[in-house]
Amino acid sequence: MFVELNNLLNTTPDRAEQGKLTLLCDAKTDGSFLVHHFLSFYLKANCKVCFVALIQSFSHYSIVGQKLGVSLTMARERGQLVFLEGLKSAVDVVFQAQKEPQPLQFLREANAGNLKPLFEFVREALKPVDSGEARWTYPVLLVDDLSVLLSLGMGAVAVLDFIHYCRATVCWELKGNMVVLVHDSGDAEDEENDILLNGLSHQSHLILRAEGLATGFCRDVHGQLRILWRRPSQSTAQRDQSFTYQYKIQDKSVSFFAKGMSPAVL
Amino acid sequence: MAAVATCDSVAGSTGSAVATASKRNVTSFQKRGPRASGTNDSGPRLVSIAGTRPSVRNGQLLVSTGLPALDQLLGGGLAVGTVLLIEEDKYNIYSPLLFKYFLAEGIVNGHTLLVASAKEDPANILQELPAPLLDDKCKKEFDEDVYNHKTPESNIKMKIAWRYQLLPKMEQIGPVSSSRFGHYYDASKRMPQELIEASNWHGFFLPEKISSTLKVEPCSLTPGYTKLLQFIQNIIYEEGFDGSNPQKKQRNILRIGIQNLGSPLWGDDICCAENGGNSHSLTKFLYVLRGLLRTSLSACIITMPTHLIQNKAIIARVTNLSDIVVGLESFIGSERETNPLYKDYHGLIHIRQIPRLNNLICDESDVKDLAFKLKRKLFTIEWVQDNYLRQERNIYPPGFSYLLKQKDSAWGEGSLQHSTFLMSFLAKATAFASRLVRHSEPLKQNGSGRIRQAAGPRLWHDGRRQEAPGLLGIPP
Repeated sequence: MFVELNNLLNTTPDRAEQGKLTLLCDAKTDGSFLVHHFLSFYLKANCKVCFVALIQSFSHYSIVGQKLGVSLTMARERGQLVFLEGLKSAVDVVFQAQKEPQPLQFLREANAGNLKPLFEFVREALKPVDSGEARWTYPVLLVDDLSVLLSLGMGAVAVLDFIHYCRATVCWELKGNMVVLVHDSGDAEDEENDILLNGLSHQSHLILRAEGLATGFCRDVHGQLRILWRRPSQSTAQRDQSFTYQYKIQDKSVSFFAKGMSPAVL
Repeated sequence: MAAVATCDSVAGSTGSAVATASKRNVTSFQKRGPRASGTNDSGPRLVSIAGTRPSVRNGQLLVSTGLPALDQLLGGGLAVGTVLLIEEDKYNIYSPLLFKYFLAEGIVNGHTLLVASAKEDPANILQELPAPLLDDKCKKEFDEDVYNHKTPESNIKMKIAWRYQLLPKMEQIGPVSSSRFGHYYDASKRMPQELIEASNWHGFFLPEKISSTLKVEPCSLTPGYTKLLQFIQNIIYEEGFDGSNPQKKQRNILRIGIQNLGSPLWGDDICCAENGGNSHSLTKFLYVLRGLLRTSLSACIITMPTHLIQNKAIIARVTNLSDIVVGLESFIGSERETNPLYKDYHGLIHIRQIPRLNNLICDESDVKDLAFKLKRKLFTIEWVQDNYLRQERNIYPPGFSYLLKQKDSAWGEGSLQHSTFLMSFLAKATAFASRLVRHSEPLKQNGSGRIRQAAGPRLWHDGRRQEAPGLLGIPP
């Protein structure tokens, strides 16, 4: 959890909004620091988190989480974190025939299937346990990242359907939050990715866009973050707010500053 | 935190780690090494496998790519469990060299090799590996090479080169005598036969394997990729690189090399058609390969002819699914061949992506203009220095006089040397330009140290100086 980013977004773990879909997107840079931020943020907010990690292994998130002050292994043991390690699951699915349907079952199918098993997994993970006492505040679904599903043969429409089902369950029914990461391919003309990104941009309440600097690589400023608040359900009478900041990633935190106000320049 | 763990204790600890892992129903390999999360540990213990070293930044286990210069650019080496993707140059001349350096490094360090190709028999590839330069022979040959390049201009070069002292060195000239990480290779000689025979290697030659009747799992990959994945998974499991085989306790690295992945010889049509039927085959393959690598002690190099891929979106997806991406661009046949800036070099090398593993940041090199050249024996990577000189000439146009303010902390010791640098190269420029400027009388000094008459600009309409106040009196 980056304290400066919390200030910019005007939230703290105690009083975060519920029922929101946050879209993280990165263009020409690596936006994974935002995923680490939200993971540690929601774990500190005592939420039940389902993390669909498709691109990196558990130990990667765990080691970075330790730098940010959360322990993923402890959270998993407590039952606060349900972690789907996509890489390991894919290897199991491809090399061994499993009896019950796996979340990444579509890898075995020749033609484009759908993401229903994955949705079932998410719903199972986040369904409220009737134990009487409310241990966790609200459920949260984190996906890192959705563009990988396109690379694995899913169509953009199938992925949008999956997000729609998840939103209906997690955001509306269970009053939880969702955070998804999508890569922006920029000028690589990835049509499926553009469809996915545009579709999600219209559905989300908050868009965080990490971009590389237009002038190229810089040692002191790693990129630019654009924050866009949206109200998708209401009419467009209220204008969407948008802010832009530049950032520099350090070992355990990220510092944000206004454009051109990097400490290295001043 | 034992610096060097004996084989028994390390094997014992991995055994116990695997046992506890299986108790918790987790089959992912969690070795008690620098990469483990290690909340219960007193600290990461260094795993002593030959040819590896932990990264300074995050304790990640690194292997050498076979080129010490490339290792330095990648932040120390290739991390175990990751993929190095080489985007081939247009005529596939230099990428096989990098491929062979990687494999040769594996043989020298005693790692197990897995070579996969659809074009050449892996046995032939191994016969063509470059010979390692051993320590005492190496020093002599390095001196030889340096001598050939020594010219009378080397003194001036030293002054200019000082400016770049602050920038990281490209490569250590001369081998470290007892280095176990990163060796130099002689591209003109072959690896001795006994070294190849002593090594443990597995070959995958597609035309042989495609006809055999291995049990093929239903999957939507092209058959070539499916067979290769099964082969790799088989080797990893059989030889115990992922720690899940109770009979085999492996403390070695598996180096996987896949040549020309994505070319039509593998049965893939992404290089032939823009929207072929198999457009997801390659990305699925890379994803499952990543899953196999992350849970085993292996490192992989893949060369891919990305310049042939018709659909640019696939290149972006492949880049996202690989860890390190290095692109080679050779000058053969391009207009850069005749560019005097590049006359000493054979091509450019672009480091397109470096992963952020177990960390928020990565060790990205500041230097982006890198060129490589294949000397008689060695493959070296340098940065193209002339770009910087050209930029500085634009900042200090000739014909003006400059007051050099010496800042104390900016360049450490040696601000005097900085001014020497500027003077020496401005001298060349102004010597030319000053003949166009009329030198007037030196300005009057009134003895107190203040110049009474300040030098006015006195410029022509196009900005060139009409008069430059001479500092010395012009002898009549």
